[in-house]
Amino acid sequence: MRRLRNIEEKFFRVLMFLSTSIIVIALTLIIVSILYKGLPSLTWEMISQTPKGGFYFGKEGGILNAIIGSLYLALASTILAFLIGLPVALMMNVHLVKHKKLVNAIRFFLDLLWGVPSIVYGAFGFTVMIYFGLKTSLLAGIFTVTLFIIPIMVRGMDEVLKTIPRGLMESALSLGSTSSEISYRIYIRQVISGLITSILLSFGRAIGDAASVLFTTGYTDHIPTALNQPTATLPLAIFFQLSSPIPEVQNRAYASALVLTIIILIISIASRYFSKRYQKNRIKN
Amino acid sequence: MDQKTKITISDLNLHIGKQQILKNINLEIPEKKITVILGPSGCGKTTLLKSLNRLTDLYPEMKVTGNIMIDNDDILHTGEDITRLRQKMGLLSQRPYPLPMNIYNNVAFGLRISGRKKKRFLDKRVEHYLKMANLWDEVKDRLKDPASALSIGQQQRLCLARGLAVDPDIILADEPTSALDPISSEAIEKKFVELKQQYTIVMVTHVLRQARRIADYVVFMYLGEIIEQGTAEEVFDNPKEEITKQYLKGTFN
Ligand SMILES: Nc1ncnc2c1ncn2[C@@H]1O[C@H](COP(=O)(O)OP(=O)(O)OP(=O)(O)O)[C@@H](O)[C@H]1O
Ligand SMILES: [Mg+2]
Repeated sequence: MRRLRNIEEKFFRVLMFLSTSIIVIALTLIIVSILYKGLPSLTWEMISQTPKGGFYFGKEGGILNAIIGSLYLALASTILAFLIGLPVALMMNVHLVKHKKLVNAIRFFLDLLWGVPSIVYGAFGFTVMIYFGLKTSLLAGIFTVTLFIIPIMVRGMDEVLKTIPRGLMESALSLGSTSSEISYRIYIRQVISGLITSILLSFGRAIGDAASVLFTTGYTDHIPTALNQPTATLPLAIFFQLSSPIPEVQNRAYASALVLTIIILIISIASRYFSKRYQKNRIKN
Repeated sequence: MDQKTKITISDLNLHIGKQQILKNINLEIPEKKITVILGPSGCGKTTLLKSLNRLTDLYPEMKVTGNIMIDNDDILHTGEDITRLRQKMGLLSQRPYPLPMNIYNNVAFGLRISGRKKKRFLDKRVEHYLKMANLWDEVKDRLKDPASALSIGQQQRLCLARGLAVDPDIILADEPTSALDPISSEAIEKKFVELKQQYTIVMVTHVLRQARRIADYVVFMYLGEIIEQGTAEEVFDNPKEEITKQYLKGTFN
Protein backbone atom coordinates (compact mmCIF):
# COMPACT_ATOMS: atom_id res chain seq x y z
CA MET A 1 0.00 0.00 0.00
CA ARG A 2 2.67 2.46 1.09
CA ARG A 3 4.80 1.55 -1.92
CA LEU A 4 1.93 1.98 -4.30
CA ARG A 5 1.26 5.43 -2.93
CA ASN A 6 4.92 6.32 -3.27
CA ILE A 7 4.96 5.24 -6.90
CA GLU A 8 1.78 7.20 -7.54
CA GLU A 9 3.30 10.28 -5.92
CA LYS A 10 6.44 9.95 -8.03
CA PHE A 11 4.46 9.41 -11.21
CA PHE A 12 2.45 12.61 -10.73
CA ARG A 13 5.54 14.56 -9.82
CA VAL A 14 7.29 13.51 -12.99
CA LEU A 15 4.15 14.28 -14.97
CA MET A 16 3.91 17.77 -13.49
CA PHE A 17 7.56 18.39 -14.10
CA LEU A 18 7.29 17.26 -17.73
CA SER A 19 4.24 19.34 -18.55
CA THR A 20 5.68 22.41 -16.87
CA SER A 21 8.90 22.00 -18.82
CA ILE A 22 7.08 21.63 -22.14
CA ILE A 23 5.18 24.85 -21.54
CA VAL A 24 8.22 26.80 -20.38
CA ILE A 25 10.38 25.55 -23.27
CA ALA A 26 7.74 26.28 -25.89
CA LEU A 27 7.12 29.81 -24.58
CA THR A 28 10.85 30.49 -24.33
CA LEU A 29 11.38 29.33 -27.89
CA ILE A 30 8.65 31.60 -29.19
CA ILE A 31 9.97 34.61 -27.34
CA VAL A 32 13.58 33.89 -28.28
CA SER A 33 12.73 33.54 -31.95
CA ILE A 34 10.75 36.78 -31.92
CA LEU A 35 13.65 38.53 -30.20
CA TYR A 36 16.30 36.92 -32.37
CA LYS A 37 14.67 37.77 -35.66
CA GLY A 38 12.81 40.89 -34.63
CA LEU A 39 15.20 42.82 -32.46
CA PRO A 40 17.70 43.71 -35.23
CA SER A 41 14.85 45.10 -37.37
CA LEU A 42 13.21 46.96 -34.52
CA THR A 43 14.54 50.40 -35.32
CA TRP A 44 13.20 53.76 -34.23
CA GLU A 45 12.08 54.27 -37.80
CA MET A 46 10.01 51.11 -37.58
CA ILE A 47 7.85 52.41 -34.75
CA SER A 48 7.82 56.10 -35.54
CA GLN A 49 6.90 56.18 -39.22
CA THR A 50 4.13 55.06 -41.48
CA PRO A 51 5.04 52.85 -44.47
CA LYS A 52 6.60 54.77 -47.33
CA GLY A 53 6.44 53.61 -50.95
CA GLY A 54 8.08 50.25 -51.30
CA PHE A 55 7.98 49.49 -47.57
CA TYR A 56 6.66 46.03 -48.28
CA PHE A 57 9.62 45.41 -50.59
CA GLY A 58 12.11 46.24 -47.89
CA LYS A 59 12.32 50.00 -48.42
CA GLU A 60 12.01 52.66 -45.73
CA GLY A 61 9.08 53.35 -43.46
CA GLY A 62 7.55 51.78 -40.38
CA ILE A 63 4.44 50.33 -38.86
CA LEU A 64 3.20 53.32 -36.89
CA ASN A 65 -0.09 53.10 -38.80
CA ALA A 66 -0.65 49.56 -37.53
CA ILE A 67 0.44 50.37 -33.98
CA ILE A 68 -1.93 53.31 -33.72
CA GLY A 69 -4.67 51.44 -35.55
CA SER A 70 -4.42 48.45 -33.24
CA LEU A 71 -4.38 50.64 -30.14
CA TYR A 72 -7.46 52.57 -31.29
CA LEU A 73 -9.25 49.40 -32.13
CA ALA A 74 -8.36 47.45 -29.01
CA LEU A 75 -8.90 50.35 -26.61
CA ALA A 76 -12.24 51.32 -28.06
CA SER A 77 -13.58 47.78 -28.18
CA THR A 78 -12.30 46.95 -24.70
CA ILE A 79 -13.99 50.02 -23.28
CA LEU A 80 -17.22 49.27 -25.12
CA ALA A 81 -17.19 45.61 -24.14
CA PHE A 82 -16.54 46.62 -20.53
CA LEU A 83 -19.40 49.09 -20.47
CA ILE A 84 -21.74 46.49 -21.91
CA GLY A 85 -20.29 43.51 -20.10
CA LEU A 86 -20.04 44.80 -16.54
CA PRO A 87 -23.79 45.36 -16.08
CA VAL A 88 -24.47 41.95 -17.60
CA ALA A 89 -22.02 40.20 -15.28
CA LEU A 90 -23.38 42.06 -12.25
CA MET A 91 -26.92 41.31 -13.25
CA MET A 92 -26.11 37.62 -13.51
CA ASN A 93 -24.62 37.57 -10.03
CA VAL A 94 -26.78 40.01 -8.12
CA HIS A 95 -30.17 40.74 -9.67
CA LEU A 96 -30.68 37.25 -11.03
CA VAL A 97 -29.37 35.42 -7.99
CA LYS A 98 -32.78 33.77 -7.54
CA HIS A 99 -32.82 32.53 -11.10
CA LYS A 100 -30.04 29.98 -11.12
CA LYS A 101 -31.29 28.16 -14.18
CA LEU A 102 -31.49 31.29 -16.28
CA VAL A 103 -28.02 32.37 -15.20
CA ASN A 104 -26.59 28.97 -16.02
CA ALA A 105 -28.24 29.13 -19.43
CA ILE A 106 -26.63 32.54 -20.03
CA ARG A 107 -23.26 31.14 -18.95
CA PHE A 108 -23.62 28.22 -21.32
CA PHE A 109 -24.56 30.52 -24.17
CA LEU A 110 -21.61 32.84 -23.50
CA ASP A 111 -19.23 29.89 -23.34
CA LEU A 112 -20.49 28.79 -26.75
CA LEU A 113 -19.90 32.30 -28.12
CA TRP A 114 -16.44 32.29 -26.57
CA GLY A 115 -15.67 29.13 -28.53
CA VAL A 116 -16.80 30.52 -31.88
CA PRO A 117 -13.70 31.23 -34.00
CA SER A 118 -13.05 34.91 -34.54
CA ILE A 119 -13.22 34.53 -38.32
CA VAL A 120 -16.94 33.86 -37.87
CA TYR A 121 -17.30 37.17 -36.06
CA GLY A 122 -15.38 38.75 -38.91
CA ALA A 123 -17.76 37.25 -41.43
CA PHE A 124 -20.74 38.36 -39.38
CA GLY A 125 -19.38 41.90 -39.12
CA PHE A 126 -18.80 41.88 -42.84
CA THR A 127 -22.39 40.80 -43.54
CA VAL A 128 -23.73 43.55 -41.31
CA MET A 129 -21.48 46.09 -43.03
CA ILE A 130 -22.75 45.11 -46.44
CA TYR A 131 -26.32 45.25 -45.21
CA PHE A 132 -25.84 48.84 -44.05
CA GLY A 133 -23.71 49.71 -47.05
CA LEU A 134 -20.64 50.47 -44.92
CA LYS A 135 -17.10 50.20 -46.17
CA THR A 136 -14.23 48.62 -44.27
CA SER A 137 -13.50 51.00 -41.43
CA LEU A 138 -12.25 51.45 -37.92
CA LEU A 139 -15.88 51.58 -36.76
CA ALA A 140 -16.75 48.25 -38.36
CA GLY A 141 -13.66 46.75 -36.76
CA ILE A 142 -14.53 48.13 -33.32
CA PHE A 143 -18.04 46.77 -33.68
CA THR A 144 -16.82 43.29 -34.65
CA VAL A 145 -14.06 43.06 -32.06
CA THR A 146 -16.42 44.29 -29.33
CA LEU A 147 -18.83 41.47 -30.15
CA PHE A 148 -15.96 39.05 -30.20
CA ILE A 149 -14.60 39.97 -26.77
CA ILE A 150 -17.90 40.48 -24.93
CA PRO A 151 -18.20 36.78 -24.02
CA ILE A 152 -14.62 36.79 -22.75
CA MET A 153 -15.20 39.94 -20.75
CA VAL A 154 -18.53 38.85 -19.26
CA ARG A 155 -17.46 35.34 -18.36
CA GLY A 156 -14.18 36.59 -16.91
CA MET A 157 -15.97 39.07 -14.66
CA ASP A 158 -18.69 36.53 -13.93
CA GLU A 159 -16.14 34.03 -12.67
CA VAL A 160 -14.68 36.50 -10.17
CA LEU A 161 -18.10 37.74 -9.08
CA LYS A 162 -19.13 34.14 -8.50
CA THR A 163 -16.43 33.76 -5.86
CA ILE A 164 -17.98 36.43 -3.63
CA PRO A 165 -19.35 34.69 -0.54
CA ARG A 166 -23.11 34.74 -0.28
CA GLY A 167 -22.77 36.08 3.25
CA LEU A 168 -21.57 39.41 1.89
CA MET A 169 -24.75 39.81 -0.08
CA GLU A 170 -26.80 38.79 2.94
CA SER A 171 -25.05 41.41 5.06
CA ALA A 172 -25.57 44.08 2.46
CA LEU A 173 -29.23 43.19 2.07
CA SER A 174 -29.81 43.33 5.80
CA LEU A 175 -28.48 46.87 5.76
CA GLY A 176 -31.26 47.69 3.35
CA SER A 177 -29.24 47.85 0.14
CA THR A 178 -30.89 47.45 -3.21
CA SER A 179 -29.47 45.14 -5.85
CA SER A 180 -27.88 48.05 -7.67
CA GLU A 181 -26.21 49.32 -4.52
CA ILE A 182 -24.85 45.85 -3.88
CA SER A 183 -23.58 45.68 -7.44
CA TYR A 184 -21.96 49.02 -7.84
CA ARG A 185 -20.92 49.93 -4.31
CA ILE A 186 -19.95 46.57 -2.86
CA TYR A 187 -19.40 43.84 -5.41
CA ILE A 188 -17.26 45.97 -7.70
CA ARG A 189 -14.98 46.93 -4.82
CA GLN A 190 -14.68 43.38 -3.66
CA VAL A 191 -13.51 42.04 -7.02
CA ILE A 192 -11.87 45.06 -8.59
CA SER A 193 -8.57 43.30 -9.14
CA GLY A 194 -10.34 40.41 -10.87
CA LEU A 195 -12.22 42.87 -13.06
CA ILE A 196 -8.95 44.44 -14.12
CA THR A 197 -7.65 41.01 -15.06
CA SER A 198 -10.72 40.37 -17.22
CA ILE A 199 -10.26 43.72 -18.92
CA LEU A 200 -6.64 42.90 -19.63
CA LEU A 201 -7.48 39.47 -20.98
CA SER A 202 -10.06 40.97 -23.31
CA PHE A 203 -7.67 43.68 -24.40
CA GLY A 204 -5.07 41.06 -25.22
CA ARG A 205 -7.55 39.14 -27.35
CA ALA A 206 -8.73 42.33 -29.03
CA ILE A 207 -5.30 43.57 -30.00
CA GLY A 208 -3.95 40.19 -31.04
CA ASP A 209 -6.72 38.90 -33.24
CA ALA A 210 -6.32 39.02 -37.00
CA ALA A 211 -9.31 37.11 -38.32
CA SER A 212 -12.02 39.36 -36.92
CA VAL A 213 -10.48 42.46 -38.50
CA LEU A 214 -9.49 40.89 -41.80
CA PHE A 215 -12.73 41.76 -43.62
CA THR A 216 -13.87 44.59 -41.42
CA THR A 217 -11.15 47.18 -40.88
CA GLY A 218 -9.41 46.83 -44.19
CA TYR A 219 -5.80 47.96 -44.38
CA THR A 220 -4.14 51.24 -45.16
CA ASP A 221 -0.79 52.95 -44.88
CA HIS A 222 -2.30 55.99 -43.19
CA ILE A 223 -3.14 56.62 -39.60
CA PRO A 224 -6.91 56.85 -39.36
CA THR A 225 -8.30 60.24 -38.41
CA ALA A 226 -11.97 59.28 -38.35
CA LEU A 227 -14.09 56.28 -37.49
CA ASN A 228 -15.19 55.70 -41.06
CA GLN A 229 -11.68 55.28 -42.42
CA PRO A 230 -10.01 51.93 -42.98
CA THR A 231 -7.34 51.06 -40.45
CA ALA A 232 -4.20 48.97 -40.33
CA THR A 233 -3.71 46.59 -37.44
CA LEU A 234 -0.63 44.86 -36.05
CA PRO A 235 -1.78 41.27 -36.58
CA LEU A 236 -2.48 42.00 -40.24
CA ALA A 237 0.79 43.90 -40.59
CA ILE A 238 2.56 40.82 -39.27
CA PHE A 239 0.59 38.62 -41.63
CA PHE A 240 1.34 40.69 -44.74
CA GLN A 241 5.02 41.06 -43.97
CA LEU A 242 5.42 37.42 -43.09
CA SER A 243 3.88 36.37 -46.43
CA SER A 244 6.56 38.31 -48.28
CA PRO A 245 9.38 36.33 -49.92
CA ILE A 246 11.91 39.04 -48.99
CA PRO A 247 13.86 38.08 -45.81
CA GLU A 248 14.17 41.69 -44.59
CA VAL A 249 10.42 42.12 -44.74
CA GLN A 250 9.96 38.84 -42.93
CA ASN A 251 12.26 40.04 -40.17
CA ARG A 252 10.16 43.16 -39.89
CA ALA A 253 7.19 40.90 -39.26
CA TYR A 254 9.03 39.61 -36.21
CA ALA A 255 9.81 43.15 -35.17
CA SER A 256 6.09 43.92 -35.43
CA ALA A 257 5.32 40.86 -33.33
CA LEU A 258 7.82 42.15 -30.80
CA VAL A 259 6.00 45.48 -30.70
CA LEU A 260 2.71 43.67 -30.11
CA THR A 261 4.31 41.60 -27.35
CA ILE A 262 5.71 44.70 -25.69
CA ILE A 263 2.33 46.45 -25.76
CA ILE A 264 0.74 43.46 -24.07
CA LEU A 265 3.59 43.33 -21.57
CA ILE A 266 3.11 46.98 -20.65
CA ILE A 267 -0.63 46.48 -20.22
CA SER A 268 -0.04 43.40 -18.03
CA ILE A 269 2.38 45.19 -15.78
CA ALA A 270 0.12 48.20 -15.47
CA SER A 271 -2.88 46.05 -14.66
CA ARG A 272 -0.96 44.11 -12.02
CA TYR A 273 0.08 47.34 -10.44
CA PHE A 274 -3.47 48.66 -10.38
CA SER A 275 -5.06 45.46 -9.20
CA LYS A 276 -2.61 45.32 -6.27
CA ARG A 277 -3.44 48.88 -5.39
CA TYR A 278 -7.17 48.28 -5.30
CA GLN A 279 -7.00 44.99 -3.50
CA LYS A 280 -6.55 46.26 0.00
CA ASN A 281 -10.24 46.55 0.84
CA ARG A 282 -11.04 43.07 -0.32
CA ILE A 283 -12.67 40.84 2.27
CA LYS A 284 -10.96 37.49 2.40
CA ASN A 285 -13.00 34.39 2.83
CA MET B 1 -48.04 39.44 31.92
CA ASP B 2 -48.91 42.13 29.40
CA GLN B 3 -46.03 41.74 27.03
CA LYS B 4 -46.27 43.23 23.56
CA THR B 5 -45.43 40.83 20.77
CA LYS B 6 -43.09 42.11 18.07
CA ILE B 7 -42.85 39.11 15.79
CA THR B 8 -45.46 36.42 15.35
CA ILE B 9 -44.49 33.32 13.42
CA SER B 10 -47.27 30.93 12.57
CA ASP B 11 -47.09 27.57 10.81
CA LEU B 12 -43.76 28.36 9.25
CA ASN B 13 -42.38 25.51 7.16
CA LEU B 14 -39.25 25.53 5.10
CA HIS B 15 -38.25 22.85 2.63
CA ILE B 16 -35.11 22.35 0.60
CA GLY B 17 -36.00 19.78 -2.00
CA LYS B 18 -37.52 16.87 -0.11
CA GLN B 19 -35.79 17.80 3.12
CA GLN B 20 -37.79 19.77 5.66
CA ILE B 21 -35.54 22.22 7.46
CA LEU B 22 -38.14 24.03 9.57
CA LYS B 23 -41.21 22.18 10.78
CA ASN B 24 -44.34 23.98 11.82
CA ILE B 25 -42.72 26.81 13.67
CA ASN B 26 -45.12 28.77 15.87
CA LEU B 27 -43.49 31.45 17.93
CA GLU B 28 -44.19 34.84 19.42
CA ILE B 29 -41.21 37.05 20.02
CA PRO B 30 -41.80 39.74 22.64
CA GLU B 31 -40.86 43.35 22.06
CA LYS B 32 -37.81 44.80 23.77
CA LYS B 33 -36.71 41.54 25.31
CA ILE B 34 -33.91 39.14 24.56
CA THR B 35 -35.14 35.92 23.04
CA VAL B 36 -32.45 33.27 22.87
CA ILE B 37 -32.63 30.38 20.44
CA LEU B 38 -30.83 27.27 21.58
CA GLY B 39 -30.32 23.95 19.89
CA PRO B 40 -27.73 21.59 18.54
CA SER B 41 -25.83 22.39 15.37
CA GLY B 42 -27.81 21.97 12.18
CA CYS B 43 -31.22 22.22 13.82
CA GLY B 44 -32.24 25.26 11.77
CA LYS B 45 -31.49 28.24 14.00
CA THR B 46 -29.68 30.23 11.31
CA THR B 47 -32.34 29.34 8.78
CA LEU B 48 -35.05 30.60 11.13
CA LEU B 49 -33.25 33.93 11.57
CA LYS B 50 -32.82 34.28 7.82
CA SER B 51 -36.51 33.66 7.25
CA LEU B 52 -37.26 36.62 9.48
CA ASN B 53 -35.70 39.11 7.12
CA ARG B 54 -36.36 37.10 4.01
CA LEU B 55 -32.80 36.31 3.14
CA THR B 56 -34.29 32.96 2.21
CA ASP B 57 -35.28 34.74 -1.02
CA LEU B 58 -31.70 34.40 -2.16
CA TYR B 59 -31.94 30.64 -2.24
CA PRO B 60 -34.32 29.52 -4.97
CA GLU B 61 -34.15 25.97 -3.61
CA MET B 62 -35.81 27.06 -0.34
CA LYS B 63 -39.60 26.84 -0.26
CA VAL B 64 -41.12 28.82 2.58
CA THR B 65 -44.76 28.60 3.65
CA GLY B 66 -46.62 30.05 6.60
CA ASN B 67 -46.81 33.54 8.04
CA ILE B 68 -44.46 35.90 9.75
CA MET B 69 -46.00 39.07 11.13
CA ILE B 70 -43.69 41.87 12.18
CA ASP B 71 -45.64 44.72 13.72
CA ASN B 72 -48.50 44.59 11.28
CA ASP B 73 -46.69 43.53 8.15
CA ASP B 74 -47.16 40.04 6.85
CA ILE B 75 -43.58 39.97 5.64
CA LEU B 76 -43.71 36.76 3.63
CA HIS B 77 -46.59 38.02 1.51
CA THR B 78 -46.16 41.74 1.67
CA GLY B 79 -46.42 44.18 -1.15
CA GLU B 80 -44.21 46.55 0.77
CA ASP B 81 -40.68 47.21 -0.29
CA ILE B 82 -38.58 44.39 1.09
CA THR B 83 -35.47 46.55 1.48
CA ARG B 84 -37.40 48.76 3.92
CA LEU B 85 -38.50 45.77 5.92
CA ARG B 86 -34.95 44.49 6.07
CA GLN B 87 -33.75 47.83 7.34
CA LYS B 88 -35.93 47.30 10.38
CA MET B 89 -33.79 44.32 11.26
CA GLY B 90 -30.08 44.40 11.87
CA LEU B 91 -28.53 41.02 11.18
CA LEU B 92 -25.32 39.84 12.76
CA SER B 93 -24.40 36.80 10.77
CA GLN B 94 -22.65 33.78 12.20
CA ARG B 95 -19.45 34.80 10.41
CA PRO B 96 -18.79 38.51 10.14
CA TYR B 97 -18.81 39.93 6.64
CA PRO B 98 -17.53 43.47 6.71
CA LEU B 99 -18.02 45.42 3.50
CA PRO B 100 -14.98 45.79 1.22
CA MET B 101 -14.24 49.35 2.30
CA ASN B 102 -12.67 51.14 5.22
CA ILE B 103 -13.87 50.98 8.79
CA TYR B 104 -15.56 54.36 8.73
CA ASN B 105 -17.42 53.64 5.52
CA ASN B 106 -18.61 50.30 6.83
CA VAL B 107 -20.60 52.06 9.50
CA ALA B 108 -21.56 54.99 7.28
CA PHE B 109 -22.74 52.79 4.41
CA GLY B 110 -26.22 52.12 5.74
CA LEU B 111 -26.70 55.80 6.51
CA ARG B 112 -25.52 56.89 3.11
CA ILE B 113 -27.79 54.56 1.19
CA SER B 114 -30.73 55.87 3.15
CA GLY B 115 -29.85 59.36 2.00
CA ARG B 116 -27.96 60.82 4.95
CA LYS B 117 -24.71 62.05 3.50
CA LYS B 118 -23.59 65.12 5.42
CA LYS B 119 -20.07 64.60 6.68
CA ARG B 120 -20.60 66.13 10.10
CA PHE B 121 -23.66 64.05 10.72
CA LEU B 122 -21.92 60.88 9.56
CA ASP B 123 -18.82 61.54 11.68
CA LYS B 124 -20.98 61.81 14.78
CA ARG B 125 -23.06 58.76 14.01
CA VAL B 126 -20.06 56.60 13.16
CA GLU B 127 -18.42 57.48 16.43
CA HIS B 128 -21.64 56.92 18.33
CA TYR B 129 -22.27 53.44 16.94
CA LEU B 130 -18.65 52.34 17.16
CA LYS B 131 -18.77 53.30 20.83
CA MET B 132 -21.99 51.41 21.22
CA ALA B 133 -20.30 48.29 19.86
CA ASN B 134 -17.26 48.74 22.12
CA LEU B 135 -14.96 49.18 19.18
CA TRP B 136 -14.29 52.92 19.14
CA ASP B 137 -11.20 52.94 21.33
CA GLU B 138 -9.50 50.30 19.22
CA VAL B 139 -10.16 51.90 15.85
CA LYS B 140 -10.49 55.63 16.42
CA ASP B 141 -7.02 56.28 15.02
CA ARG B 142 -7.38 54.01 12.02
CA LEU B 143 -10.84 54.68 10.67
CA LYS B 144 -9.47 54.84 7.15
CA ASP B 145 -7.96 51.35 7.32
CA PRO B 146 -9.67 48.57 5.41
CA ALA B 147 -12.13 46.65 7.54
CA SER B 148 -10.59 43.43 6.30
CA ALA B 149 -7.51 44.20 8.39
CA LEU B 150 -9.45 43.88 11.63
CA SER B 151 -9.41 40.69 13.66
CA ILE B 152 -12.47 38.46 13.45
CA GLY B 153 -13.66 39.58 16.87
CA GLN B 154 -13.26 43.22 15.88
CA GLN B 155 -15.08 42.50 12.65
CA GLN B 156 -17.96 41.04 14.64
CA ARG B 157 -18.22 44.24 16.64
CA LEU B 158 -17.89 46.33 13.49
CA CYS B 159 -20.82 44.43 12.04
CA LEU B 160 -22.78 45.17 15.20
CA ALA B 161 -22.01 48.89 14.85
CA ARG B 162 -22.92 48.79 11.19
CA GLY B 163 -26.18 47.01 11.92
CA LEU B 164 -27.14 49.45 14.67
CA ALA B 165 -26.36 52.41 12.46
CA VAL B 166 -29.33 51.79 10.19
CA ASP B 167 -31.50 52.21 13.26
CA PRO B 168 -33.41 48.93 13.25
CA ASP B 169 -36.16 47.86 15.68
CA ILE B 170 -34.95 44.32 15.81
CA ILE B 171 -31.50 42.80 16.16
CA LEU B 172 -31.03 39.31 14.81
CA ALA B 173 -27.77 37.97 16.18
CA ASP B 174 -26.38 34.62 15.10
CA GLU B 175 -23.76 33.62 17.67
CA PRO B 176 -22.49 37.19 17.98
CA THR B 177 -19.75 36.29 20.43
CA SER B 178 -18.48 33.10 18.84
CA ALA B 179 -15.13 34.66 17.93
CA LEU B 180 -14.64 36.73 21.05
CA ASP B 181 -12.61 36.18 24.19
CA PRO B 182 -14.54 35.90 27.46
CA ILE B 183 -13.98 39.53 28.35
CA SER B 184 -15.18 40.95 25.05
CA SER B 185 -18.04 38.45 25.09
CA GLU B 186 -19.13 39.75 28.41
CA ALA B 187 -18.91 43.32 27.17
CA ILE B 188 -21.15 42.43 24.24
CA GLU B 189 -23.56 40.62 26.53
CA LYS B 190 -23.79 43.68 28.75
CA LYS B 191 -24.32 45.75 25.65
CA PHE B 192 -27.18 43.52 24.57
CA VAL B 193 -28.83 43.85 27.95
CA GLU B 194 -28.57 47.62 27.57
CA LEU B 195 -29.78 47.50 24.00
CA LYS B 196 -32.98 45.72 24.86
CA GLN B 197 -34.31 49.03 26.20
CA GLN B 198 -34.61 50.06 22.58
CA TYR B 199 -34.49 46.93 20.52
CA THR B 200 -36.12 43.55 20.22
CA ILE B 201 -33.27 41.07 20.24
CA VAL B 202 -33.28 37.55 18.86
CA MET B 203 -30.03 35.78 19.54
CA VAL B 204 -28.68 32.36 18.71
CA THR B 205 -26.03 30.99 20.99
CA HIS B 206 -24.33 27.74 21.83
CA VAL B 207 -23.08 29.04 25.15
CA LEU B 208 -25.59 27.94 27.76
CA ARG B 209 -24.14 30.11 30.48
CA GLN B 210 -24.46 33.12 28.24
CA ALA B 211 -28.08 32.23 27.58
CA ARG B 212 -28.74 31.96 31.30
CA ARG B 213 -27.16 35.32 31.92
CA ILE B 214 -29.08 37.35 29.41
CA ALA B 215 -32.16 35.54 28.12
CA ASP B 216 -35.66 36.72 28.92
CA TYR B 217 -37.21 34.11 26.71
CA VAL B 218 -35.76 30.85 25.52
CA VAL B 219 -36.62 28.76 22.50
CA PHE B 220 -35.17 25.29 22.22
CA MET B 221 -35.03 23.76 18.77
CA TYR B 222 -34.21 20.27 17.66
CA LEU B 223 -34.18 18.92 14.09
CA GLY B 224 -36.13 21.85 12.69
CA GLU B 225 -38.82 21.83 15.36
CA ILE B 226 -39.43 23.99 18.37
CA ILE B 227 -39.36 21.55 21.27
CA GLU B 228 -39.90 24.01 24.02
CA GLN B 229 -40.32 27.72 24.56
CA GLY B 230 -41.03 29.97 27.49
CA THR B 231 -39.51 32.46 29.88
CA ALA B 232 -35.91 31.84 30.86
CA GLU B 233 -36.95 30.63 34.32
CA GLU B 234 -39.46 28.18 32.93
CA VAL B 235 -37.13 26.63 30.41
CA PHE B 236 -33.95 26.62 32.48
CA ASP B 237 -35.40 25.68 35.83
CA ASN B 238 -38.34 23.53 34.84
CA PRO B 239 -37.88 22.13 31.37
CA LYS B 240 -40.84 19.97 30.40
CA GLU B 241 -39.34 17.89 27.64
CA GLU B 242 -36.79 15.16 28.11
CA ILE B 243 -34.60 16.38 25.20
CA THR B 244 -34.44 19.87 26.63
CA LYS B 245 -33.37 18.52 30.01
CA GLN B 246 -30.63 16.50 28.41
CA TYR B 247 -29.44 19.41 26.31
CA LEU B 248 -29.33 21.75 29.29
CA LYS B 249 -27.49 19.19 31.37
CA GLY B 250 -25.02 18.63 28.58
CA THR B 251 -25.74 14.92 28.45
CA PHE B 252 -27.15 15.23 25.00
CA ASN B 253 -25.99 12.94 22.26
N1 LIG C 1 -28.64 26.65 1.25
C1 LIG C 1 -28.81 25.42 1.80
N2 LIG C 1 -28.84 24.34 1.01
C2 LIG C 1 -29.02 23.11 1.54
N3 LIG C 1 -29.17 22.87 2.84
C3 LIG C 1 -29.13 23.90 3.69
C4 LIG C 1 -28.95 25.24 3.22
N4 LIG C 1 -28.95 26.07 4.28
C5 LIG C 1 -29.13 25.28 5.36
N5 LIG C 1 -29.25 23.98 5.01
C6 LIG C 1 -29.49 22.86 5.93
O1 LIG C 1 -30.48 23.25 6.84
C7 LIG C 1 -30.21 22.72 8.13
C8 LIG C 1 -30.22 23.81 9.16
O2 LIG C 1 -29.11 24.66 8.97
P1 LIG C 1 -28.82 25.92 9.87
O3 LIG C 1 -27.68 26.63 9.29
O4 LIG C 1 -30.09 26.68 10.04
O5 LIG C 1 -28.41 25.24 11.24
P2 LIG C 1 -27.98 25.92 12.60
O6 LIG C 1 -28.97 25.49 13.61
O7 LIG C 1 -27.78 27.36 12.41
O8 LIG C 1 -26.60 25.20 12.91
P3 LIG C 1 -25.26 25.81 13.57
O9 LIG C 1 -25.50 25.85 15.04
O10 LIG C 1 -24.22 24.81 13.22
O11 LIG C 1 -25.02 27.13 12.97
C9 LIG C 1 -28.89 21.99 8.03
O12 LIG C 1 -29.14 20.62 7.91
C10 LIG C 1 -28.28 22.53 6.76
O13 LIG C 1 -27.49 21.56 6.15
MG1 LIG D 1 -26.13 28.60 12.44
